[in-house]
Amino acid sequence: MAGVGDVFKALADPTRRTILDELADRDDQTLFEICSRLLTKHRLDSTRQAISQHLDVLEAARLIEVRREGRYKFHSINRAPLEHIADRWLERS
Amino acid sequence: MRIYVTSVLVDDQAKALAFYTETLGFVKKNDVPLGEASWLTVVSPDDRDGTELLLEPDGHPAAKPFKAALVADGIPFTSFAVDDVDAEYERLRARGVRFTQPPTDMGPARTAVFDDTCGNLIQVVHVAAP
Repeated sequence: MAGVGDVFKALADPTRRTILDELADRDDQTLFEICSRLLTKHRLDSTRQAISQHLDVLEAARLIEVRREGRYKFHSINRAPLEHIADRWLERS
Repeated sequence: MRIYVTSVLVDDQAKALAFYTETLGFVKKNDVPLGEASWLTVVSPDDRDGTELLLEPDGHPAAKPFKAALVADGIPFTSFAVDDVDAEYERLRARGVRFTQPPTDMGPARTAVFDDTCGNLIQVVHVAAP
């Protein structure tokens, strides 16, 4: 279980926030699609290796889920850790 | 000097010919036996004298791990131009083609990515006129 600190650390980086923005648009994106979106929509020309490392950080914080299907690998956003943050500070009794 | 042919590395030439002609709609141009394989090319029916696509066997030991790594990361082996990405997506899906990326706007281009059943992902693209 990732701690809340991992979530904030993962969200502290603007490229990782942009990756989440794009994954919020549609589930099940390949690494190629994520890199293409960052490059063409946000002019973020990070290397594929750098994006892959960002995805590892997001996965460790459970902010994304990685699904293998046969020879393909798809990435989706997981909103649960964000909901826990909202529950902690935004819910008023 | 000019580019007359480009290639995709396929795991089976007969299967590849069937997919690239019957499913995608290209037409066979050359089929010259060369040892165990053939010099097997297809062209677009809209451009029969245009650049040929060589359906090249992936028998080299380095080819299969290379192809598998590209597919795992969703990277297309090559890219074909179409007039309407969404129409191609619907047409090919109706023929059972598996897409790893549905039609998506990528800056000035609209793209989609499908599996050619021969070990490759292929991108179709339409770039809007500037």
